[in-house]
Amino acid sequence: MSWAPAGSGRQRSLSGRSEVGFGNGEKARHLEQLLSAKEIVVACGPGGVGKTTISASLAATAAARLGGKVLVLTVDPARRLADALGVKGLGNLARRVPGEAFAAAGVSPKGELYAAMLDMSESWDALVRRHAPDAGTAREIIANPLYKNITKRFSLGHDYIAMERLYELHEQGDYDLLVVDTPPSLNALDLLDAPGRMTEFFSSRLLRWLIVPYRSRLVNLASRPFYQVADRILGSQFLEDLAGFFILFQTMRDGFVARADAVNRLLRDVRTTFVVVTTLEAVPAVEAEQLIESLRDRRLHLGLLVCNKVLPTSFSDPLVGRTAELLEKRASELAESLAPRLPVDKATSSRPPAEMVARVLYEIARSFANFRLVATREAELLEELSAAHELTATVPYHPGNVTDLSGLLQVGATIWGDETTASPPVLAVSKAKPRRSPDPAGEGN
Amino acid sequence: MPELLSYKLLFVTGKGGVGKTTVAAAIALLASEQGRRTLVCEAEPKGDLARAYECGPTPFSGRRVSDDLVAMSMDTEASLREYLRVVARVPTVGHVGPVARAFDFVATAAPGIREILTVGKLCFEVREGHYDLVVVDASSTGSVVGQLAAPTGINELISVGVVRSQTDWILDILGDAERTGAVLVTTPEEMPVTEAIDLAGRLATDTPVHLACVVANRVLPELFGRSEEQIFNELGRPSKLDLLVKEIGSSRELVEDVLAAARLAVTVRRDGVSHLERLRAEIAPSVPLLYLPYLFARSHGLRAVRQVARALSEELVT
Repeated sequence: MSWAPAGSGRQRSLSGRSEVGFGNGEKARHLEQLLSAKEIVVACGPGGVGKTTISASLAATAAARLGGKVLVLTVDPARRLADALGVKGLGNLARRVPGEAFAAAGVSPKGELYAAMLDMSESWDALVRRHAPDAGTAREIIANPLYKNITKRFSLGHDYIAMERLYELHEQGDYDLLVVDTPPSLNALDLLDAPGRMTEFFSSRLLRWLIVPYRSRLVNLASRPFYQVADRILGSQFLEDLAGFFILFQTMRDGFVARADAVNRLLRDVRTTFVVVTTLEAVPAVEAEQLIESLRDRRLHLGLLVCNKVLPTSFSDPLVGRTAELLEKRASELAESLAPRLPVDKATSSRPPAEMVARVLYEIARSFANFRLVATREAELLEELSAAHELTATVPYHPGNVTDLSGLLQVGATIWGDETTASPPVLAVSKAKPRRSPDPAGEGN
Repeated sequence: MPELLSYKLLFVTGKGGVGKTTVAAAIALLASEQGRRTLVCEAEPKGDLARAYECGPTPFSGRRVSDDLVAMSMDTEASLREYLRVVARVPTVGHVGPVARAFDFVATAAPGIREILTVGKLCFEVREGHYDLVVVDASSTGSVVGQLAAPTGINELISVGVVRSQTDWILDILGDAERTGAVLVTTPEEMPVTEAIDLAGRLATDTPVHLACVVANRVLPELFGRSEEQIFNELGRPSKLDLLVKEIGSSRELVEDVLAAARLAVTVRRDGVSHLERLRAEIAPSVPLLYLPYLFARSHGLRAVRQVARALSEELVT
């Protein structure tokens, strides 16, 4: 097995920063090193950037190329992706992605790929069963009407559960590599703070106040304003229900706190790395940058930055732009010479008129000009973001979603930086490559 | 169903990353330009609204963006203070520290408290008639149902107390289809459309709020008609390409790269149309579906908000 022993010290630096950038082959080597040395990959980033797809791609590609048992833990995959991974309706159960799926993608994997969904309510129940002092208390907690409500809306809940499940899977030790997709948080950072906040919640003086029997409340001067406000807002009946629930919940305190601390340590462990996923749109990019900074501040390991849905670099290439400008400027004249050579349109049984051809040429040029604006903006953002971190991968924009394993492996190959990767058909002609072409029309500057 | 801008309270929601904030900001801008006194509120105080208007921080107390437009960010603790002071007349001065911490704790532990303070404050502004229209940049699909269902939930969980006594009038406003509506924002892609359809269903079953309209954001225009697309496909053939290359004096590779952009636009458009058709089929026919164009020039900031507002006003006329 190619897996490095736990904590083998492959890490370059805690911040993941080094002074050198590197080319494509180098990138693949570093990525293989990274995924071989680490046991946990946490994919995080703003909402709507394709975290789920990127996590699944990293896991599938690691299973195919590096070997071992790789599990991807997804939160909310698109239906077709879930179908492709075979995780729909499985709850927390991990299932192996069948070898036939790899065969259909023309790949014979070195390792095995497993996929599991994160089922929030099932995970909460499991947590309660583990930490409750006895089965009776566990049942009582789970049956409490406040429990469902709280676990569903508890602001730390989702983030914490994702991290907790990760810990559990890691502790079971059935997999060589765990890749976890993270739930959409209000703020991606909440995820990092979730275990700490869980500990804080259980240790807080306020929780003690809440669960002191009603009569003794009046004694404690410090807690009086708390009750005044709480009673006033919620009514004493609800407050008592709440207290009753938290008295039960409190029985799990030690287990929860110990566990949250362990989860926290695991996130900081040398075996864990974070992958920040973003698109090169202004708002997500800002959020990604803040996330990278926070990872650094917390001394968490940032392994890789993935910029997803990026337009081909040829769209911002000045030479291609010049060609598009010429096409627009000379549309009518070009149409005159093209029109007679076009086939007869069956619907009208005549050749298309030159004006129509000119309009098509004009639209082609306009379309390029539009995408050029976006691609140029993206190029600038990419430069800014990758200056902050040297291991950066870009994944081309692909209309429609990745819906099968072969699509995932293709995205994975792009992240690996394969030169030979076949791009999605629509982008096949626009792979970035050095230009040796002459300046169009010789109007060089 | 009222005209979009004739509502009193609009909750704008959708999957993260579809441009919810920009759409909410544009609706509010448009309403204020038509002389309606408008309040726009960011329910999750991330600073997105301030970025959209490029106007600096938008505190709970509000920032005047223009004559008829005020922007604010929700702060549930401030909302509670205001409530206690103005409505319940509880003096909170002097206990500021403990109250804040106690509140924070209770709000973390007790379900629905934060939500009802958010929704309550917004309904209060409507009830008091401080504004003609209140636009909410609401939570994304994950939590908006919890937010809008909170008053109903509180009714069931809590039998007394000030929170309970307030839910009735809040529910009256939320459930009034003439005054209150949800605006569901999506983009023509698989996941956003699937989530929008799902959310439309959950809004109907779990919350009192009616769906006012669905906004399909970032829709690419149709580049070619049928005959034009045939011509476009012909141009990709080697003989026509060679001719173009010769006439422009460029290289084949460069011309192909230019064509790739148009091909991308055609493919994305086609993929998007299939999702929009699915959306139209799944949303009640009485609910309008508005289209907003993909903005190539600028994807965020005041300029983008203005462009979206203009596109929106054209959609509302037709």
